[in-house]
Amino acid sequence: MSADAAELRGYIERHVEPHAGRWDREQHIPAAALRGFADTGWLGAIAPTAAGGRGLGAREFGRVNALLGAACSSLRSLLTVHSMVIHAVTRFGSPAQRERWLPRLASGAILAGFALSEPEVGSDAAAIQTAAVADGDGYSLTGGKRWITFGEVADLLLVFARTDAGPTAFLVETSLPGVRRLPIRDMLGVRASMLAAVHLEDCRVPADARLGKPGLGVTFVAQSALDWGRLSVAFGAVGIARRCLAVSGAYAEQRRQFGQRLCDHQLIRRMLTDMLVETRAAGLLCERAADLKDRGDPRSLAEVSAAKYYATRAASRAATDAVQILGANGCSPDYPVERLLRDARIMEIIEGSNEMHQLSLAEHALHPDPTEP
Amino acid sequence: MHPYTATVREFLARHIRGHQLQDSDDIFALGFVNSLFAMQLVTFVEAQFAVTVDNEDLDIDNFRSIDRIIAFVTRKAAGPAPEPGP
Repeated sequence: MSADAAELRGYIERHVEPHAGRWDREQHIPAAALRGFADTGWLGAIAPTAAGGRGLGAREFGRVNALLGAACSSLRSLLTVHSMVIHAVTRFGSPAQRERWLPRLASGAILAGFALSEPEVGSDAAAIQTAAVADGDGYSLTGGKRWITFGEVADLLLVFARTDAGPTAFLVETSLPGVRRLPIRDMLGVRASMLAAVHLEDCRVPADARLGKPGLGVTFVAQSALDWGRLSVAFGAVGIARRCLAVSGAYAEQRRQFGQRLCDHQLIRRMLTDMLVETRAAGLLCERAADLKDRGDPRSLAEVSAAKYYATRAASRAATDAVQILGANGCSPDYPVERLLRDARIMEIIEGSNEMHQLSLAEHALHPDPTEP
Repeated sequence: MHPYTATVREFLARHIRGHQLQDSDDIFALGFVNSLFAMQLVTFVEAQFAVTVDNEDLDIDNFRSIDRIIAFVTRKAAGPAPEPGP
């Protein structure tokens, strides 16, 4: 383990893991805890070092998500969306936009959110209805966004809105007039991710708020950012599965029923074995996808999709079995596995529902890539 | 035939099936490109031809046909266009 990873692990053990259950129950991460995490510099994990970030590649970034995801999917989801915006600004921003936003995003001085989903638009991103109308030397944005992770507290949103040219990306400061945010509570999982509905009503932004070319917001900006988001979620799911294995394995060794340890019952051993192998397989798929991404290999997009699909399903199965092994204790907030199960289910839906990934991956099953070993 | 044609055609053929692609066929207009594939195509061009697709290059026009992709790669490989003379 690198010194940086050891430092992050220590931070998580001291400042995240002990509080994650309470944050989940209170559906809120206190501002001081968010500030504390930002101060570690990990929010700037993939930001260029020239902007004060850590400049990590996909593999190292993924491992950070696995560590964080094992402790708290809500805080991991902040890293996900914040990193997606950092990537979008780095890849598609003008020099002025990069200079303006990246140092603050890298340091965590401002928090960012990704505003693509709408009440009527989920997986079909190109169908967004939020409108951006050219208005003098800028744009006026009107519409509604929903399920925006950390939308309640984000300072900057990457908003996707329809212009005459098609879906277009905009960097929108939430302090602007015309931005109204309504917290969304009582979700199934990732409950401390401070979701919000964001209403834009004649929100005027300057021309330099536009990120990338008009009409290419979904095709390039969103898809490119979502690729990082999927990688983050996939590794986060591996973290969930690893935690389930650790908790249920320790519990099964210690708990005795019918005069023997739980782990000596064959049906329990079978569950632990499946959990172990699927967790390892998910981790390897994630590492492979990240490695391809780091090498700029065009196969990486499909491999990230496969890793997200498999790892999130593996996390759900691991969490289901972990709850089963812990029995009534597994259903109580005294143990983390009920939270891990709720969080794992969310992973199967976000960053492209698993059904969307299945549809796309089926093409690769039907027509294998001849360059694939 | 341009030396890059076979490479570009082979990559596109892996993703576009049931259609004998001509060098000038507009893969976007023909509906062969979903948003995921567009990014994959950009990544392919960068990796295969060792060029950087800059922000200003991210234009569908540079990627809509085999001919356009090759013209774009050739232009990028040649370096920036010279400044117009006086």
